[in-house]
Amino acid sequence: MNQVFSSELWRPIELSIALAFITTALLLFFGTPLAWWLARSNVWWKEAVATLVAMPLVLPPTVLGFYLLIALGPNGPGGSIAGLWGGRTLAFSFPGLVIGSLLYSMPFVVQPIRNAFEAIGDRPLEVAATLRATPWQSFWRVAAPSARSGFLTGAILGFAHTLGEFGVVLMIGGNIPDQTRVLSIAIFDYVETSQWALAHMLAAGMVVFAFIVIFTMMIIEKNVSGARE
Amino acid sequence: MTASENIRIMFRDTLGLLSLDVAFEAPMKGVTAIFGPSGSGKTTLLRCIAGLHRARWGRCEIGSDIWQTDNYFRPVYERRIGYVFQEASLFSHLSVKKNLLFGVKEKNEDRMRSFSEVVSLLGVANLLDRMPGKLSGGERQRVAIGRALLSDPGLLLMDEPLSALDTASKEDIMPYLERLQTSLDIPIFYVSHDMNEVDQIADHLVLIESGHVTACGSLSHLQCDPSLMLASRPHAAVSLNAEVVSYDPEFKIARFAINGGFLNAPSQRLEIGDRRRLKIYAADVSLSREAASASTIENHIPVRITAIREIEPAQVIVFMAVGHEGSGQRLLARITKKSWVTLGLDIAQLLYAQIKAVALFQRSD
Repeated sequence: MNQVFSSELWRPIELSIALAFITTALLLFFGTPLAWWLARSNVWWKEAVATLVAMPLVLPPTVLGFYLLIALGPNGPGGSIAGLWGGRTLAFSFPGLVIGSLLYSMPFVVQPIRNAFEAIGDRPLEVAATLRATPWQSFWRVAAPSARSGFLTGAILGFAHTLGEFGVVLMIGGNIPDQTRVLSIAIFDYVETSQWALAHMLAAGMVVFAFIVIFTMMIIEKNVSGARE
Repeated sequence: MTASENIRIMFRDTLGLLSLDVAFEAPMKGVTAIFGPSGSGKTTLLRCIAGLHRARWGRCEIGSDIWQTDNYFRPVYERRIGYVFQEASLFSHLSVKKNLLFGVKEKNEDRMRSFSEVVSLLGVANLLDRMPGKLSGGERQRVAIGRALLSDPGLLLMDEPLSALDTASKEDIMPYLERLQTSLDIPIFYVSHDMNEVDQIADHLVLIESGHVTACGSLSHLQCDPSLMLASRPHAAVSLNAEVVSYDPEFKIARFAINGGFLNAPSQRLEIGDRRRLKIYAADVSLSREAASASTIENHIPVRITAIREIEPAQVIVFMAVGHEGSGQRLLARITKKSWVTLGLDIAQLLYAQIKAVALFQRSD
């Protein structure tokens, strides 16, 4: 049983949670203005941008991972960025994983928020403007609170999806302990090396976690919409 | 701002099938109704005034305040307006109280006093803690009106605030609207396609048809304009504001002074000096050549015929002015063509108008 508390088991969990937190926070920060623009802009090429955002939903993770590997590697832009602090590449590093996660989790965060913004419609924002609210105030006092469930869904989906992604992480992160050896990789590794007990523990943990996430989301969703009736 | 300054509006734009081309002036006080059929551009006009739509060409002056010129456009949130939409559009994530306070910038003592005033004026005191989803249509619209008023508007814009309501809710909200107009001293633009509402609350009228202003002027003037369709509609009526000169408590009859004469109307207790909006339907007015001696009709007053217009094969509308000189209040009578001919009536003739019923409204000026 000592193994349960061993750092070997905990490190991948910590790493996964850190990755999911950072990714979700960044996506909420950058994804919200993007979602707002997608919901409210009238430019004709808007849907092209929306398609790009949604691509990771359809692309095999290995394809996404392959291009990311090239982009993050020594000869790609990722290499140049790593050069700023004397590194050679962003591939096989934690920052590289964050960049990859941002891309493949983006649709899970942006889409629900965009939908929530679209559901508000023009009218509440027009009302706010006639009540002397500037566009910035309208956003914070009307749009953001009205889209609360969209933010919640986006954050939870983004978090959970980042936690569970395997293919892309394997392609760009490899399996370096303390750096890129996240939960899903660890499970795969335990299975490969026939450490069934450890694999069971992590896998069962994930199942329980997924249940709790979705259950909580449904409860909150129900309370949010219930309070408005 | 002096009262002599006017609201000056000019907009030109094409939106889908509608080509809007309007220009008119309205006074800086009282209720200006914008009346026309559905799709005539009333709402678009109101949205242009509010700045919710930017007309391609336009000029919008509210007294000395300039909101739009060829090269200037003040954004909506910098215009001192209150806007009441067709549907109440309350913020569903906020309680009634928070909705009402949304446009209140500083919550100082002064503003909180006007808050309690508006709350009691619109009768929403017992709704404050509720969420909008729990309100009836009429309640919601009252909250929306209160919310607009509390943002301290200099011009109140109302886009058919009653049209989304059922008859019961309309009757529920109308007294509040009437009260509102007597207690506010800001100009109100009121879009409507229901002439009954207009008769009841408007002072000034802008008629609009397929994007163009067809007439503009004081309500009673346009109601009695022989060249307009208003006098020919089935429920044609004349609205007037009048002051109580005496009250008979025994029979509950109030006597009102009108230009050139007096009118009696049954009413709850009124004080001398009280002002009320009276409405007289053309169909409730009949004409006789002699002053009636004994009649169940309360009002018979001398009038002179100013014009006549045939409306259906069998009927005519008679335009009259009160008084022997025919210089007083204008009235309408709807009679059959047969009586016109058999009585031998003619323009400028002196007659007696018998008024069967006078409707009384809260509204005065």
